[in-house]
Amino acid sequence: MLTLLFDGIAYGMLLFILAVGLAVTMGLMNFINLAHGAFAMVGGYITILLMQRQGVPFLVCLPLAFAGAAALGAVLERTLYRRLYHKPHLDQVLFSIGLTFMAVASVDYFVGSTQQILQLPLWLKGRTEWGEGAWMLGMGHYRLFIIAVCAALTVALQYVLARTRFGSRLRASVDDQRVAAGLGINVNVVFLSTFAVGSGLAGLGGALGADVLGMDPTFPLKFMIYFLIVVAVGGTSSITGPLLAALMLGIADVAGKYYIPKLGAFIVYSLMIAILVWRPQGLFVRQGGKA
Amino acid sequence: MNVAGRWRWWELLLWALAFAAPFGLAGHALIINEIAIVALFALSLDLILGYTGIVSLGHAAFFGMGAYSAALFAKLVMPDPLVGLAVGIAAATALGAVCSVTILRGTDLTRLMVTLGVGLILMELANKLDWLTGGADGLQGVVMGPLLGRFAFDLSGQVAAVYSVTVLLVLFVLARRLVQSPFGATLKAIRDNRLRAMAIGIPVGQRLVVVYTVAAGAAGAAGALLAQTTGFASLDLFEFHRSADVMLVLVIGGVGWLYGGIAGAVVFKLMQDALSSITPQYWTFWIGLFLVVLVSVGRERLVRPWTWWRP
Repeated sequence: MLTLLFDGIAYGMLLFILAVGLAVTMGLMNFINLAHGAFAMVGGYITILLMQRQGVPFLVCLPLAFAGAAALGAVLERTLYRRLYHKPHLDQVLFSIGLTFMAVASVDYFVGSTQQILQLPLWLKGRTEWGEGAWMLGMGHYRLFIIAVCAALTVALQYVLARTRFGSRLRASVDDQRVAAGLGINVNVVFLSTFAVGSGLAGLGGALGADVLGMDPTFPLKFMIYFLIVVAVGGTSSITGPLLAALMLGIADVAGKYYIPKLGAFIVYSLMIAILVWRPQGLFVRQGGKA
Repeated sequence: MNVAGRWRWWELLLWALAFAAPFGLAGHALIINEIAIVALFALSLDLILGYTGIVSLGHAAFFGMGAYSAALFAKLVMPDPLVGLAVGIAAATALGAVCSVTILRGTDLTRLMVTLGVGLILMELANKLDWLTGGADGLQGVVMGPLLGRFAFDLSGQVAAVYSVTVLLVLFVLARRLVQSPFGATLKAIRDNRLRAMAIGIPVGQRLVVVYTVAAGAAGAAGALLAQTTGFASLDLFEFHRSADVMLVLVIGGVGWLYGGIAGAVVFKLMQDALSSITPQYWTFWIGLFLVVLVSVGRERLVRPWTWWRP
């Protein structure tokens, strides 16, 4: 019971880190970016390849995964994404699907289509158990580590968004781009840095999740729906919405697969459709904000 | 009938060519059959995407629904193709009517998610109901009876190609009639500005439900054709890439133009054929690159070559 809950929370936290960048960019630029998973895959593969081929320690790989994905995000934002902010959604969807297809095929070409295995360091491999019987809580150390890192990141993100000057610029741009630009905020720089950080977080999430989620070239397509669920259900106006949505999704998915494996992913999708039919703007939306 | 509704000479020529192709290019009848099916699928998407402005990533749900119901009907009830086609269309139409309530509210993102979710749910269903659908192995052992009790489906695919082109023509004429009617005009009004459409008294919700249901039925017809002419249905029918591919097909040919789906299907299938014979495994890369370049340059330019050299 508790073990399931624990695994669900770890999974949800991971999904949150993976998807939070998408939530912010979607709220900021109203850009439907289906290629977000590709950045996560880049981070995951950076980690796996560095560890397998160069023997770089796991903890060093994580910042590198973040930096790699963020740099790629920045370059793509400057060169390609920026032209599409004011295009119709159909164009954005087509563009990001194209990018995803390219990422999938290139990874397949350069690394191979088999699932990559991440060799975790020894100190993350253990498992601690507490309690007895039905209330036993078994915590894998690796999942504990994921929760710790993601919780720290969440607090840091919340601090940056709520307390710093950059955060208030960002929130101003999300609420109304034109007025923000009129007040002298350099919206382009805000866009660029947000996109880069969001992609970097996805890369970090991919690196952290390489062991839990499994890394193969179809990763961006397999998990695209999960990222989008987090964003669509959680709304894009805050980061607490996506956080709660990600935790719900993680727990529902883990519990659903454990208790009713026959129905599998069925529950998650039906729940999502039901929620979106009921509240099309997402569950956690501020009233009066711009849709 | 108004001027726009009149058949032009080149349209008649085009359809004459389409019917001549399976006989003139007998060796390529199989690919002509595939082109006709993809064209029909793209045509159905055009009704909701091009004419009504609903971005859908789950149109493959109806395609797969039509395919599975036609295949199951042929396997379990009777092998007649035309009755099977009607069953496929009916099943997809029913599914479309049910799903149409989910696309009425919300933003583009919400609709994207809901359509995607419906596709995934159907794929899960087809996967898990393996006693009925064969699960991940696909539905095998579908044997089709002869068309009209006389023309058996042959290996070279000539009968199949003529059959598919005929169904395409029938549904094309119906779709053409639909979009040129006052009903079609209201659809375009909804696409261009939903708020104003509502303000002049167009029942937006009802129109969306009807067009979504009709488009689902047409997609189901395309799926049924595929299942009948290949004698096989698999989970691949519901895959995400199928919905993405059909969107690409439509965009190549041009959205909001009924011949767009047909032109796109011809280009896409020939491109796929050529690319996958060069790089069988990695042709998605080139499709992806094509999409990225297409959108960066501006997709409306593709069908207007005279604008290519303008800044």
